[in-house]
Amino acid sequence: MQTPSVNDIYTWLEAVKDPEIPVLSLVDLGVITDVSVVNGAVKITMTPTFVGCPALEFMKNEVIEVLKKHHIEQFNVEVNFKTPWTSDRISARGRAALKKYGLAPPPARQVFTDLEILEHAPCPRCNGTKTEIKNPFGPTLCRSIHYCHDCKEAFEQFKPL
Amino acid sequence: MNNLALKELLYKIADDQLILGHRNSEWTGFGPLLEEDIAFSSMAQDKIGQSQALYTLLHQLGEQQPDTLAFMRNANQFHNCILVELPNGEYDFSLIRHFLFDTAEAMRFELLSSSSYQPLAELARKVRSELRYHTLHANIWMKQLGSATEESIQRLQRSLEFALPYALGMFEKSPYESDLIAQGIFEGEEALAVRWKKKVEDILQQTSLHLPEWKILTPVLGGRVGDHSEHLQPLLDEMSEVFKIDPQAEW
Repeated sequence: MQTPSVNDIYTWLEAVKDPEIPVLSLVDLGVITDVSVVNGAVKITMTPTFVGCPALEFMKNEVIEVLKKHHIEQFNVEVNFKTPWTSDRISARGRAALKKYGLAPPPARQVFTDLEILEHAPCPRCNGTKTEIKNPFGPTLCRSIHYCHDCKEAFEQFKPL
Repeated sequence: MNNLALKELLYKIADDQLILGHRNSEWTGFGPLLEEDIAFSSMAQDKIGQSQALYTLLHQLGEQQPDTLAFMRNANQFHNCILVELPNGEYDFSLIRHFLFDTAEAMRFELLSSSSYQPLAELARKVRSELRYHTLHANIWMKQLGSATEESIQRLQRSLEFALPYALGMFEKSPYESDLIAQGIFEGEEALAVRWKKKVEDILQQTSLHLPEWKILTPVLGGRVGDHSEHLQPLLDEMSEVFKIDPQAEW
């Protein structure tokens, strides 16, 4: 078969979603840190959002499945921390998808100096700012729990990291 | 680079994270309120994941597989400080330990992020940002409960006095201390302890808790050389039960 380009591979990877947030692709989440094609061999480097993320193995297998589906025989999917994941790696499209899904996107990292910024995360449903943090830890390692006094609903935020 | 020195360093940090991770997980379902249940469970997941990453670095240096390292060693082969293996006790002790340990751990990874051993520096840059949430959590509760009611202050004060000698055991020196410093792998326990004391003083000053003078405290040592309390082996037996019955089990 024809050798795929790096762009082709990124396009294929759009189909692989975060298992906990099915609207967000691994590319938009920012966990794919490098893709290269050398003499037909595909090399993909990934990094976890949190070191202890239990979904990483699952995501890695999904990436391998996608490569196999496109008949790639020579591939290497590696996990390392050379380019560490930060919440700033989530793409603009990813941030919009999070908000639509009901998860507040993380604020930019440079404004995250202490808990203040987590204190009043804007509500992803009503955009209200009369909110408070209930817990810096949530249902997954990457989410915190908040409450909106405007629409009187609890919501979660993707944590800045 | 002195591999023995590096391995000893990695083992003690990994073992600290694994054992305290396991203790934190014992709060799952038992937290004094739901938020704390979730917080300790999340910190458990972080710490156990971080220990796995550190055991992976050891495996790359020729040691056994991460799961084998975590589940197949006996207590005397573990290098964690005794502080982390102590039973959870009441919430006040768990909170004090969380504060004293994570303050040091966050600083340790801060120092390691400029380690001359690149794989460790890369991992440390990642872990230090995660630990911010752990220290934020500890500091909030220390400040709140450390100045709340007579009972909360009294309980925390008692646990603080009990935990401090064990906490000083975190900085038990390695036989390779000077190698680690000379080779730029790690700035050393002494440098870490100085920074830690300053931070602990700073937070406690914002509470009604009283910090005893450092010089009257005697550190509880031994953990780093495998000389543990009676509490570690039962923890290991429970943690490794499934793995020992069926090493291939997936769950």
